[in-house]
Amino acid sequence: MSENVSHQFDRLPATDDDREVAGRPSREAVVDWWVDRFDVPEDTFDGYTLWEKGKGKVWALPYDLDGPVPVEALGLKLLRTRQEHWKPTTDAVQRFGREAEQNVIVLDDERAKRFVAGEEQEVEWDGDWGYLVVAHELAGGVEPIGVGLYTYGDLKSMVPKGHRRDL
Amino acid sequence: MDALSRYEPIIDDFAAFLDACERPLPTTVRVNPIKATPDRAVEALGEAGVGVERRDWHPGVLEVDTDKPGNTWPYVHGWIHGQEEVSSVPPAVLSPESGDVVWDACAAPGGKTTQLAAEIDDEGLVVANDDNLGRLSALRGNCDRLGVTSAAVTNGDARRTTLDAFPNVDAFDHALVDAPCTCEGTIRKNPDALEGAGASASRNLAALQSDILSRAVELTREGGTVVYSTCTFAPEENEGVVDTVLDEGACRLVEFDTGLDSVEGLTEWDGESYDDSLAEARRYYPHHNDTGGFFTAKLEVTA
Repeated sequence: MSENVSHQFDRLPATDDDREVAGRPSREAVVDWWVDRFDVPEDTFDGYTLWEKGKGKVWALPYDLDGPVPVEALGLKLLRTRQEHWKPTTDAVQRFGREAEQNVIVLDDERAKRFVAGEEQEVEWDGDWGYLVVAHELAGGVEPIGVGLYTYGDLKSMVPKGHRRDL
Repeated sequence: MDALSRYEPIIDDFAAFLDACERPLPTTVRVNPIKATPDRAVEALGEAGVGVERRDWHPGVLEVDTDKPGNTWPYVHGWIHGQEEVSSVPPAVLSPESGDVVWDACAAPGGKTTQLAAEIDDEGLVVANDDNLGRLSALRGNCDRLGVTSAAVTNGDARRTTLDAFPNVDAFDHALVDAPCTCEGTIRKNPDALEGAGASASRNLAALQSDILSRAVELTREGGTVVYSTCTFAPEENEGVVDTVLDEGACRLVEFDTGLDSVEGLTEWDGESYDDSLAEARRYYPHHNDTGGFFTAKLEVTA
């Protein structure tokens, strides 16, 4: 088996059977995860190639390249794998979470502001525990703000410190 | 403003020009069509109590009546990006299409990179390079917030860029060289902009600028477009640089119109004469559109 090389992007194998780097997620597993967790349309990532740089950081690029690609960034970081619970990024949830049908919590205006300020808050939620798409109503539509971690009645804001805002 | 006095012979209504240079800039944002339409962004800004004035020449450029557009929901969602109005000109002039491979040679902090990604409908590849590692984090942050998926960020000297990192790419379809410059045209937002400006500083930068532009022409396929831009008035860094690269014989200047008021590029300056076609380049002055100063030239690669 080959090794993960930290300074370059490698294409994900199509399926687990094609895997050459131990622990690397397959394209199929990543796409299935988004569909299973958030019920996004099956074809959400059809036009994208998927890549790993660093252990478990998965990126999406709307262009067909062979790897490896030794650059600083390649596309948009989708999620982190190689840990017990896969964790989507704020940027990916904003970009691809709009069509999510499941594990989406829509906050009212006051709670949405507390969420983007980084606050943890008690909320009623009878869906799954774990990482949720946290959204609110804006300009006539529901818009994802970021990722929340829901456990024991608490919604923890996963908005990165630099992105937090007092609105 | 002494550094500007040498431009008196070439700028109409020089007093109005100097007056405009002393006024602060209007605050403008560019709507990010990867995430929102201009209508929806205007509606969301209205909900936040921010008044908006649209610009006729570009549907995505908005003047906003706040100093802090960053403290609004549309910013948090990556629907808008703080960008000076005239900075939106070069990507609009380059106008690449969906699926294209575009090189942004001097990309940080990424306003134009994200606009290029939007121009290709975020389908294709925008190779966004900058030589300054510190500025790359701003570039990456802006690409991420705006939800850009089509950017590949590289850190290198644009003069020596190769396509080696991208084995499937033979040539760029288009390139933007928004060159490092003396930034005289940013005086309205940066009062220190004229420190160190002047003819000798401009001559010193010209060699770097023409080397980068020359490399962009080399890496772009025949028939592809290269846009060269700066935010300075200095002819040495503008027409002089394009003239040097035209002499190499691999490109020609192309006419364009953005809808903003502008004047022709110069064909002579300070005893030098430039190729007649430099009249096809455009100069944007602060007193014409109430913007910063800018220079833009559009080149077609011929060989």
